[in-house]
Amino acid sequence: MNVAIKEVLKCYHCGNDCVDGPLVFDEKQFCCEGCSLVYDILRENNLCTYYNYNNSPGTRQKRSTYKDQFGYLDDKSIQKKLILFTDGNITSVLFNIPQMHCSSCIWLLENLNRINTGILKSIVNFSRKEVTVTYYEQSISLRQVVEMLSTIGYEPAINLNNVDGDNRKKKDRTVAYKIGIAGFCFGNIMLFSFPEYFSSGHYTETGFKGVFSYLNFALSLPVFFYCSSQFFQSAYNSLKQKFLNIDVPIALGILVMFLRSSYEIISASGAGYMDTMAGLVFFMLVGRAFQNKTYETISFERDYKSFFPVSVMVRRNEKETSIPVSDLKVRDKVIIRNEELIPADAILLKGEGNIDYSFVTGESLPVSVKAGQLIYAGGRQTGTSIELEVVKNVSQSYLTQLWNNSLYDSKKEESHFQQLVNKISHYFTFVLISIAILSFCWWGFRADFARGLNAFTAVLIIACPCALAISSPFTLGNILRSFGRKNFYLKNFSVIEKLAKIDTIVFDKTGTLTKTTSSKITFIGNALSDGELKMIKSLVHNSGHPLSRLLDEFLYDVSNLQPDAFEEIQGKGIKGNVSGNKILVGSASFCGLDQEAILNESNVFIKINSVLLGHFSIQNDYRKGVENLAVKLKKEGYELAVLSGDHEGEKSNLENIFGTKIKILFNQSPGAKLTFIKSLQKQNKNILMIGDGLNDAGALLQSDVGISISDNINNFSPACDGILNASAFMSLPGILKTAKASHLIILGSFIIAVLYNVVGLYYAVSGNLSPVIAAILMPISAVTIITFTTLLSTWYAKWRL
Amino acid sequence: MSVIILLIIFSLLLAIGFLIAFIWSIKDNQLEDDYTPSVRMLFDDEVKKEIVKTENSNKEL
Repeated sequence: MNVAIKEVLKCYHCGNDCVDGPLVFDEKQFCCEGCSLVYDILRENNLCTYYNYNNSPGTRQKRSTYKDQFGYLDDKSIQKKLILFTDGNITSVLFNIPQMHCSSCIWLLENLNRINTGILKSIVNFSRKEVTVTYYEQSISLRQVVEMLSTIGYEPAINLNNVDGDNRKKKDRTVAYKIGIAGFCFGNIMLFSFPEYFSSGHYTETGFKGVFSYLNFALSLPVFFYCSSQFFQSAYNSLKQKFLNIDVPIALGILVMFLRSSYEIISASGAGYMDTMAGLVFFMLVGRAFQNKTYETISFERDYKSFFPVSVMVRRNEKETSIPVSDLKVRDKVIIRNEELIPADAILLKGEGNIDYSFVTGESLPVSVKAGQLIYAGGRQTGTSIELEVVKNVSQSYLTQLWNNSLYDSKKEESHFQQLVNKISHYFTFVLISIAILSFCWWGFRADFARGLNAFTAVLIIACPCALAISSPFTLGNILRSFGRKNFYLKNFSVIEKLAKIDTIVFDKTGTLTKTTSSKITFIGNALSDGELKMIKSLVHNSGHPLSRLLDEFLYDVSNLQPDAFEEIQGKGIKGNVSGNKILVGSASFCGLDQEAILNESNVFIKINSVLLGHFSIQNDYRKGVENLAVKLKKEGYELAVLSGDHEGEKSNLENIFGTKIKILFNQSPGAKLTFIKSLQKQNKNILMIGDGLNDAGALLQSDVGISISDNINNFSPACDGILNASAFMSLPGILKTAKASHLIILGSFIIAVLYNVVGLYYAVSGNLSPVIAAILMPISAVTIITFTTLLSTWYAKWRL
Repeated sequence: MSVIILLIIFSLLLAIGFLIAFIWSIKDNQLEDDYTPSVRMLFDDEVKKEIVKTENSNKEL
């Protein structure tokens, strides 16, 4: 069968196709030397169980390691920053391992001590992709640990961020303690209150009442003094700013409940409302915990530091040494190898620069750089190693200086932004206090001050807006999770409310509207014959250059021949002989043309037997459905704009998609993008910026909501409010609609809460609020609100997304 | 009937015991990682035929 013949063998280690024919070792097929090497190490150490838990659990070894790659880890100052704990004998270090993806990874990483006995233990935290390694200082060094990890395919990601900042701060678990204690007290108080609710006269006689009341009082103390402290804190802060946020009536309600109940218990005049108070605090704490869903593995605060390398090879006095990037000075000569990042703006001295700026611009096609030309920090060299001379410090480089901008010092926060709930509560509190005072006056006029006071406190107790306070957390928390299921990850819940207010959407072009992974390849010139295609394929198939790989993929249905001669000239092209024909595949100058390459379009020229046949033009393709998206968003009334760092070559294409009426700006520097957002904000526009590369970082931060788009959420993305997986890009209109619907849902639940309040107020105003009514109304309204918001927001998100 | 008071106090003490266990579990970082332990417990203990050289031989016991 044809199919059977075409089937490609999968690598035993990594599961990739063995493209260049399998490498057989120990009766198993491997795709490359790297994979078989890892297998060999594991087999030697009796660790082949690794392959039992999952099929081909490894990851392909992308980068060849070289001697002294981790030399910088011998540097004491760097060690000190990485090490979690050491007593001179036993040391533990936390590594971030992005390759970790399955249970086999966990198993292997937790059995490191079987490879090297110097390792005491290693513990994996899978959801954070971290491993904590504890080892004996005498038997193995930090550098050896890292080298060992990288030989088995789990090279830790050590970047400037690990070294510069302290990112090991533990998560605050106060909320968990508070919920636990509040839940415990709530349950017990409720239990001890039941006899009071269901009993008739004889219960009071036996003296139980006193015991239960005092137990309730004792249990309410931790709730009042510990669990509810954050509500008082927030209410106090809000009053200081002369604004009534939702926590003001809540704190007031809790305070009144506690004081009145304490008085009733001590004076033995009643049972008090301790159960209502504990329940209220418990529900609200749960609500707040629910809305603060965080995505552990995704970082929203990344700046250039989180992907810049820690060390760099420097040539000093004819010797190559590895030094920390922070020690890099102007005029230093650095050596950058294949797949390494350029840490500072530098001039190319030696070698063929093929710089992939995809981190910076989102443009995935590499730019070729000649000796003497400037290379910006953040570019990644592909191909052979190059030597550069640093012209600017790391922090002063074209890109990194963006972070010296004052914008990054002052965290833009909620100052100008008011949550919907707080807006409602501002008026709600006025009404609530007026009703309380009016009812007090009403009974006061009848000279029944005791009843007046009773009514006054009862109003504050029953109208305590617990239901309102939990409506927003449950709605927003639920929508946040729905977005997460659609691969749209938000930094926190308040972004949803900001999204609802957006009226202007600004797109970055490269990498956002265009794809980063696949490219549009067209041949310009006379159509090539099958024979010619075969010859081209034969050459590009043997080359590792990114453009060759793209062409190889493009010509996937063409069979290849074995070239008689093959020579790859770095940075220029490929020269070869296939079945007697002389073929040149490469740049314009390589094929004898005098033409400069332009940035967002790469051309590969073809010359066969001294005849120039034409060139393949490789362009980034627009994402599928962008036109549709533009039309939809315009119909919804959003104002659109496009910013591009490139030249105007794409203008007509963009106008086809977006129409001619919208602003399309070209040649935008990172700073200019930021200024553009600022100028729109001056016109009172609420801006959603969608970008991807580091050059959008400033604009993403300045805009009201900055969303970064990414093909793989674990890849680099600049600091932003949310990360949108490229696959979900087309659901943007649905996302915006859902965000808007959250307002309606919160308003709806507010109406329900008010209805419950009206019932309660009827009893409260008349001064007849019995503890049992409060104890029934409070949980019922809370449960109704939770059900209402959860069901409605889940259903809506399902419908729209 | 006063025996009920004794029972109530016992039930409360029991509940406090659970609360302490909960607080202990947070202090013990059990909330830090809610996935890995579930996988870890499914790994088989290996029966090794050769001489064990590692010091954590408790697995083999």
